[in-house]
Amino acid sequence: MFLKAKRLSKLTLGPVLLFLSLISNGAWAAEAESWRHRFQFNLPIGATDVGAQIYGLHMLVFWICVGVSVVVFGAMFYTVFAFRKSRGAVASQFHESTTLEIAWTIVPFVILIGLAFPATKTLLEIYDNKSADLDVMITGYQWKWKYEYIDPQGNNVSFFSSLRTPQSEIYNEEAKGQDYLLEVDEPLYLPVNKKVRFLVTGNDVIHSWWVPELAVKRDAIPGFVNEAHTKAIKTGIFRGQCAELCGRDHGFMPIVVNVVSQDEYDAWLGKKKAEATELKALMEKEFTLPELVERGKGVYERTCVACHGVNGEGGIGKPLAKSAIATGDIKTHLGIVIHGKAGTAMQAFGGQLNEVDLAAVVTYERNAFGNNMGDSAQPVDVYKLKKGQ
Amino acid sequence: MGEHHHGPAKGLTRWLYTTNHKDIGTLYLWFSFAMFILGGSFAMIIRAELFQPGLQLVHPEFFNQMTTMHGLVMVFGAIMPAFVGLANWMIPMMIGAPDMALPRMNNLSFWILPFAFAMLASTLFMQGGAPNFGWTFYAPLSTTYAPPSVTFFIFAIHIMGASSIMGSINIIATVVNLRAPGMTYMKMPLFVWTWFITAFLLVAVMPVLAGAVTMMLMDIHFGTSFFSAAGGGDPVLFQHVFWFFGHPEVYILILPGFGVVSQIIPTFARKPLFGYASMVYATASIAFLSFIVWAHHMYTVGLPVAGELFFMYATLLIAVPTGVKVFNWITTMFKGSMTFETPMLFSIAFVFLFTVGGLSGVMLAMAPVDFQYQDTYFVVAHFHYTMVAGAIFSLTAATYYWLPKWTGRMYSETMGKTHFWLSFFAFNLTFFPQHFVGLAGMPRRIPDYALQFADFNMVSSIGAFFYGSSQILFLFNVIRTIRSGRPITDPKVWEGAQGLEWTVATPAPYHTFTTPPEVK
Ligand SMILES: [Cu+2]
Repeated sequence: MFLKAKRLSKLTLGPVLLFLSLISNGAWAAEAESWRHRFQFNLPIGATDVGAQIYGLHMLVFWICVGVSVVVFGAMFYTVFAFRKSRGAVASQFHESTTLEIAWTIVPFVILIGLAFPATKTLLEIYDNKSADLDVMITGYQWKWKYEYIDPQGNNVSFFSSLRTPQSEIYNEEAKGQDYLLEVDEPLYLPVNKKVRFLVTGNDVIHSWWVPELAVKRDAIPGFVNEAHTKAIKTGIFRGQCAELCGRDHGFMPIVVNVVSQDEYDAWLGKKKAEATELKALMEKEFTLPELVERGKGVYERTCVACHGVNGEGGIGKPLAKSAIATGDIKTHLGIVIHGKAGTAMQAFGGQLNEVDLAAVVTYERNAFGNNMGDSAQPVDVYKLKKGQ
Repeated sequence: MGEHHHGPAKGLTRWLYTTNHKDIGTLYLWFSFAMFILGGSFAMIIRAELFQPGLQLVHPEFFNQMTTMHGLVMVFGAIMPAFVGLANWMIPMMIGAPDMALPRMNNLSFWILPFAFAMLASTLFMQGGAPNFGWTFYAPLSTTYAPPSVTFFIFAIHIMGASSIMGSINIIATVVNLRAPGMTYMKMPLFVWTWFITAFLLVAVMPVLAGAVTMMLMDIHFGTSFFSAAGGGDPVLFQHVFWFFGHPEVYILILPGFGVVSQIIPTFARKPLFGYASMVYATASIAFLSFIVWAHHMYTVGLPVAGELFFMYATLLIAVPTGVKVFNWITTMFKGSMTFETPMLFSIAFVFLFTVGGLSGVMLAMAPVDFQYQDTYFVVAHFHYTMVAGAIFSLTAATYYWLPKWTGRMYSETMGKTHFWLSFFAFNLTFFPQHFVGLAGMPRRIPDYALQFADFNMVSSIGAFFYGSSQILFLFNVIRTIRSGRPITDPKVWEGAQGLEWTVATPAPYHTFTTPPEVK
């Protein structure tokens, strides 16, 4: 439950660190992007017209609240100051005024109507998902995102996008990078000035896809498809996070969107499609053991290391070093990786990794951590197992 | 008082078998304080982990258990029972009744609570850990993906619900039947009125919560699919059912606090409450509106736009009666003759900070902007302004206000004021920066965060540690008062106090109003 006690000693340094960080460069200054970034107080205006409208509404209602506060708290502080017994105030006994009561029912009501009008207008715009230039399907998984570009010709491109921050940064063994927890292995690419429609759903529990600067937050609900849209008017890298509690690693499933020019986008999509073709070829290829181990190591470090440890020593997941599964029947081993293990944290990776990666990672696990099995699985074995042959 | 009346029994059985409203009130109040400390210690673990970026103290799964248990214990264990305790002590004394209308049920409704919370707390030591799906326990995270302890959680919720329903039926029966001659409805003190309305809310929505957890139980153990799309059910249905309970629930947590403050401010302003009738009507309107705004918690689930608009307009409307209350409190103080004893300080802070929470509530009501606020620390800041500076501050104010009447001893004013100023500053230090990190993009319920949120989180944690530790001073002050506070005998206690509870002896005898007083 509790980690090493020595970390507690850091807590006692807290006030000192706070003081330092407030008056000088601060404890994280070297790590955080800039002073402005560190002390961001407000919503970002963002990169879309709708986002700018939302920001405008936010500032409108904020300043109205400030105005109301000034009047109400002004009256309150004056009252508290002026009518003190210690200053000789004598209590008057009035306790009713219909005029006043009516006035302070009507005035707030009018202000609220003033707010409701622009809010309705913006809301209707948020809900206008018609005539999009591009459809992207977003699926929330525990704890990563899957993006699928819907291609009218049926040539869909899809991939998973998961946290890239290494465990060593999270557990404070290494200095944290500037995009700590907000970096992914495969960002979503979108073309600038194009209306993109998102079809949002969940695979397991409810997630919520949120990128503040694109002004999109939409719940990803298993069994339902929600619609949302965005139209970025400037290029850039925009970061967000899952916003709905979705289990253990809810805090560790960020979103990164690269909004690029149409040319760059086309080039990127072309590359992705080529990769998919290449993968098809790879599926038919016979790999050597060293090839599989090398590829599998990469897959392991992206996908498995969080639960099973760098040296297969286990953690949230079972140890793999010298384990019965990793040194037992290879089909059983593959089956567990593909279908998961019910009632445990071990997920079904069959839908998340391609055949080549599945074959590679299983081969790696059987030939690393002192498991010198010397055997290997080929993509075609995985394919057959998935098909139930 | 007739001499056939006996005092309290001696020893433990006094508390086990008691049907006396004052004893039961005391039990509720101590129980809720214990839960406040327990729920508070969970909050300290949360804030300690969030003190710096990175994972230092706990693993993410334990962090999720802490956020869940903190919410459940504070809502169901601390705030609700504390107000029931106040109701038990004060409602009979305020309406001139000898006791609650259903004294045996009163005993039962208290004594099932410790079992419910013992069961809930025991889940922390179970295989798979305590509930970890947030106090809002959205399906399917709380059904298909829940730890095995969820069944105990469901049973605990059922018991808490039964306790609340019995407690509120008792309050309704007492207010309807046991008012002293001449105590018409429109003469009842506002604390009685707000509780009377709250009791109806409780009777209406606790069965809905029971329905929600029963459907969960069926999904988990009996193969139904209420909340599972794979079986033809609907995960969003859970949220509708939950928030149909949940939104009235937040008014259940605050309306009695409105009542407390409406008692205290006139006392220390030495001036009658301004707009009594409009206070009653405003409370009733808030209660009514609370039933038709639930989906403002669900703006991002994909409601049809017409639904979204309806819930936005209805939610904005709540600002009107709430505003009336705030204006009335301030006008009550206007041209009064004010002194600033501890209960008054907490009440003024309540009006001030609850209004801040109300204004951020108006911001959150705006559906298009809520797409950015939803599930961020901005929401966390908002509801802690209403729940801590609202509910908890009013409970603290009530304790200082009535403690001399309960015990016949005066608390230490110096210690009380110190407690107030520490709480006030520490509270704002904790929760004000959370508005900023929320707007800057920090989601709620995460154990670790990006570097740009670091400074405000550290400030927030320091504030939380101060707030937590200053409550020890409160406990110490109360215990010191009971054991060795300066004895007082003046029935009125406070110069400006009005109402029947101030006509009985100080300390309040074990039995009061065995013959009903005449109210003119
Ligand atoms: Cu998620």
